[in-house]
Amino acid sequence: MSILPQIIFLLIFIVAGYFLYKRISFLRRAIMLGKKSGRTDNPGERWKTMGLVAFGQKKMFKRIVPAIFHLFLYVGFIIINIEILEFVIDGLFGQHRYFAPFTGTWYVVALNIFEFLAFGSLVASVIFLIRRNIIKLRRFTARELIGWPKLDANLILFAEITLMTAILVMNATDQALADKGYSHYVQIDGLFFSSMIKPLFIDMGATTLFYIERVAWWLHIIGILGFAIYITYSKHLHIFLAFPNTYYSNLKPKGEMRNMEEVTNEVNMMLGIQTENAPEPPAEIARFGAKDVNDLSWVNVMNAFACTECGRCTDQCPANITGKKLSPRKIMMDTRDRAEEVAMSLEKGGKGLEDGKSLYGDYITKEEINACTSCNACVEACPVNIDPLAIILEMRRYVAMEESGTPPQWNAMFQNMETSFSPWKFAPSDRFNWADKLKEDNQS
Amino acid sequence: MAEMAASGESPEILFWVGCAGSFDDRYKAVTQAFVKILNKVGVSFAVLGPEEACTGDPARRAGNEFLFQMQAVGNIQVMNGYNVKKVVTACPHCFNTIKNEYPALGGNYEVIHHSTFLQQLINDGKVVIKGGGDFKGKKITFHDSCYLGRANNVYEAPRDVIKALDVELVEMKRCRTKGLCCGAGGAQMFKEPEEGKKDINIERTEEALETGASAIAVGCPFCLTMMADGVKNKNRENDVQVYDLAELIAKDQGL
Repeated sequence: MSILPQIIFLLIFIVAGYFLYKRISFLRRAIMLGKKSGRTDNPGERWKTMGLVAFGQKKMFKRIVPAIFHLFLYVGFIIINIEILEFVIDGLFGQHRYFAPFTGTWYVVALNIFEFLAFGSLVASVIFLIRRNIIKLRRFTARELIGWPKLDANLILFAEITLMTAILVMNATDQALADKGYSHYVQIDGLFFSSMIKPLFIDMGATTLFYIERVAWWLHIIGILGFAIYITYSKHLHIFLAFPNTYYSNLKPKGEMRNMEEVTNEVNMMLGIQTENAPEPPAEIARFGAKDVNDLSWVNVMNAFACTECGRCTDQCPANITGKKLSPRKIMMDTRDRAEEVAMSLEKGGKGLEDGKSLYGDYITKEEINACTSCNACVEACPVNIDPLAIILEMRRYVAMEESGTPPQWNAMFQNMETSFSPWKFAPSDRFNWADKLKEDNQS
Repeated sequence: MAEMAASGESPEILFWVGCAGSFDDRYKAVTQAFVKILNKVGVSFAVLGPEEACTGDPARRAGNEFLFQMQAVGNIQVMNGYNVKKVVTACPHCFNTIKNEYPALGGNYEVIHHSTFLQQLINDGKVVIKGGGDFKGKKITFHDSCYLGRANNVYEAPRDVIKALDVELVEMKRCRTKGLCCGAGGAQMFKEPEEGKKDINIERTEEALETGASAIAVGCPFCLTMMADGVKNKNRENDVQVYDLAELIAKDQGL
C-alpha cells in the first residue's frame, strides 16, 4: 500500500494543529484584555462547582427536554472522541481498526456505545434544527440572533449530522466489505445501529464500498479537525470554556456588588477615617466602572466567549419579557464581539482600544443598561454560570461616575439621599414618626 | 437606640426600619405590625430612628458608588458605635446590603430578614398561630423578592410563615429561583421604566391573579408597592389584597 495517505494524514494534522494554536492564542489575547479577577480563592468549592454545573450539567436539567437531547450531544462528544485515538493510529501507521484484534468483545461494546451516541446525537441535532427553524422558540428568534448567529447555530447542527452520519456509514460499509470476506476488514458482529443501514450498501461492488468507507473515514477525521477550528470562530466554544467558566464562577451571594476599593479610599479620606493599612494611591487613575472591554475583568470577557447564545437569560429577563430593549444575551454577545474586534486590531498592529469605538456606546446603549432591575434572573438561568448583570452594573458605574449621564429621576434620588439620607425627599427628623401611632395606641 | 445606650442597656436586636418603612405610608403599617409582634413576644429591640440613613442600595445600583459608600460608612459608624451585633429588617434590599456589602466597609453583623425572624418565632413557639380569622381557608400566593430569593437564597422562610397560617399557599407559575421580578429592583423604583410593551409589575400581577388567590403576600416594600399598583391597575383592589408577612402574622394574633 502506498504511504501517501499517511503523509497526507500527518500534514492535515500539522496544519490543523497550527491553525488551532493560532486561534487559541488569539482568544487568549482577547480574553486577557480584561483586568484581574481575584477569583483564585476557595479552589475546593470551585472544582465542585465545575463538576456539578459544567461536567454534571446540573443547571441544564432545569429544562428537561432540551437537557436530554443536549446530553446526547455532550456525552457523544466526549465518548465518541475517544475513537479519534484509533483514527490517529490507523491514519499515521496505515492500519485499519488497530484496536479490534486484541480488545475482542470490548471493541464491539465500545463501538456499539459510539454508534448509540452517534444515533442519539443525530436525532438530537435534527430536533434542535426543528426547534430553531420550524417551531421557532422565542429565545431563538430574538433580534440579536439575526444573521451570523443564526447561521452559526444551524451550521454546527449540520456539521454534527454530517459527522455522525459518517461514523454510521463508515461502520456499515466496513462491515459490508468484511462480510464479502476481504481480509483487510475485521468482522465485528453485533453492531446494532450501522447494521440497520448495511442493507443499503450490501449490493454495491467492492470498489464502490471501498471508496464510500474511505470517504466516510476521511470525512469524519477531517470533519472533526475542521470542526475544532471552526469552533474557535463560533458560539460553540462553550464546549471547552464551560469548564473554566464555571470554575471561575462568582461564589458570593448573587446580590452582592463588587466593592470599589478606590472609592473606599477616597470616602475614608473625605470622612477623615484612619485605616490600618492606608493603601498607596494608585499610580494612574483608572476609570470608574466599565466603558470598554479592558475595564471589565477577564472573567467577564471569558463569560462572553463561553456564551453559546442559548438565550435562557433573555427568556427569563423581566425587562426583555415586557418588551424593553435589554437582552442579557446581547450584552454577552456584544462583549465578545468587541473583545474580538480589539484583539484582531491589535494582532494586525492596529489601534486596538484606541479605535474611537467602545463597548458602551457603540455596542451596548444606555437604554439597555437602564432597563435592568438587577433581579439576577439571567445569572440564575445561565447553564454555565455566566454573569451578564456584573457587566451591566459596571457600565452603570461608568455612566454615573464618569459621564454623569444617569437619568434625571435618578439624579433627583441621589440628591435626596445626599441631603436627607433617603431616596425620597423627607426630613430625616421625621424618620421615627411611624411610632407616633403606636404611642397613641398605647396611651389610649 | 440612643435612649437605650444612654441608660446602659444593649438590646438583643437592632430593627433596621429602612426608608420605606419610615416614610412610605403603606409600609409604615408593616413597620408597626412588626413592632407589635416584637413587643408581644417581648424581644428586646431598638431602632436607630433619626440616626438611620438609607443603606445606599439604590445609589449603588444606579452606579453612584461614592454616594453608596458615604451612606454605608455613616451607617456603619453609627452601628459600630452602638456595638450592634444582630440586625433584623423587613426590607430585602437593606438586608442584602447590610449583610453582604457592609463587611467590605467594616460593618460585620448578623443580619436576618424578618421572614426568617418570624419563622424562628413560630418554630420556637414564641408566636402561636391562632388560625381562623379573615384568612381561614383562603388562597394566598407568595411573590418572591429578587433580593431575598435569588440574591440570598431565602425561599422557604416566607413560605413556612404563610403555611403556618390557616391558609392554602398557591404558587405562581414562575416562583422561587424562577420568580419574576416586580420591576422595582436595581433602582427602577426611583425612575420611570424604559420603553416597552408592558410594565413589569402588570405582567407579575397578572400571574398572581391567575392563581385565584385572594391575597398576595410579599416580604419587600418595593414589591408591595408594585404589586398593589398592579392590582389597582387591574381594578381588583376590592377582592385582592397585598400584604406583608408581618401584617399576616399581626392580623392572626389580633394585634
